[in-house]
Amino acid sequence: MSLSVHLTTKENVLLVRLEGELDHHEAEKLKKEWQKAMKQENLQHVILNLEQLSFMDSSGLGVILGRYKEIKQTGGEMVVCSISPAVKRLFDMSGLFKIIRLEESEAFALQSLGVAS
Amino acid sequence: MRNAMNLEFSSVSANESFARVTVAAFVSQLDPTMDELTEIKTVVSEAVTNAIIHGYNNDENEKIYIECTLDEDVVELIIRDNGIGIDDIDEAIQPLYTSKPELERSGMGFTIMENFMDKVEVISNPGQGTIVKLIKHFTKSKTLCN
Repeated sequence: MSLSVHLTTKENVLLVRLEGELDHHEAEKLKKEWQKAMKQENLQHVILNLEQLSFMDSSGLGVILGRYKEIKQTGGEMVVCSISPAVKRLFDMSGLFKIIRLEESEAFALQSLGVAS
Repeated sequence: MRNAMNLEFSSVSANESFARVTVAAFVSQLDPTMDELTEIKTVVSEAVTNAIIHGYNNDENEKIYIECTLDEDVVELIIRDNGIGIDDIDEAIQPLYTSKPELERSGMGFTIMENFMDKVEVISNPGQGTIVKLIKHFTKSKTLCN
């Protein structure tokens, strides 16, 4: 099973919805699409919706951390939502929640960034 | 009962999912929990990715070997490459350490393996490839009358 990347925007937020499996093979493609989408005008923050992500390994952590660093440089925030227990374990293990906020749902994530959903 | 299987495949990144799904299908006969199956898939993915990126420097013309043995409720995985090997194993297994920071590696591969498995052993020498040996005890099968 491969990875589907769904990208949409809402005000100044890029919504990244991932579906399928994120590993090293899929990470490069995701990085390119994500970086390209982030270049659109007026985008500042990112919401990463992992509800449909059935598998992730440390390559996924790497690509998320890479985008976090880029967003941080321009004063933006990254919020992760709808995460499965298995993926959450990897975030916990790597300490990513110290820098990336976790919200229960996309609606809560949008609210936390001041965007009406 | 003892049961074993061997896999040999090209060092192509598309085979990362092939390897983890195949190993998961084989260990399924021990009736693992969903968490245990996810753990097995994740560690196979980590070790195979290491072989491709680090062992073989992304050379797609090499081979990766997986040996999986089931003995009662114990799974033993041996993931092997004939790549460049590891200079300093202690350094390589440190959380967040990566020899390729330019590639956005998280440096969490071995840490995940150590967290998800009961035993992790790395045997490697520069120029002589790498063997990662992983052992995990599954929780006893829930059905006793079969």
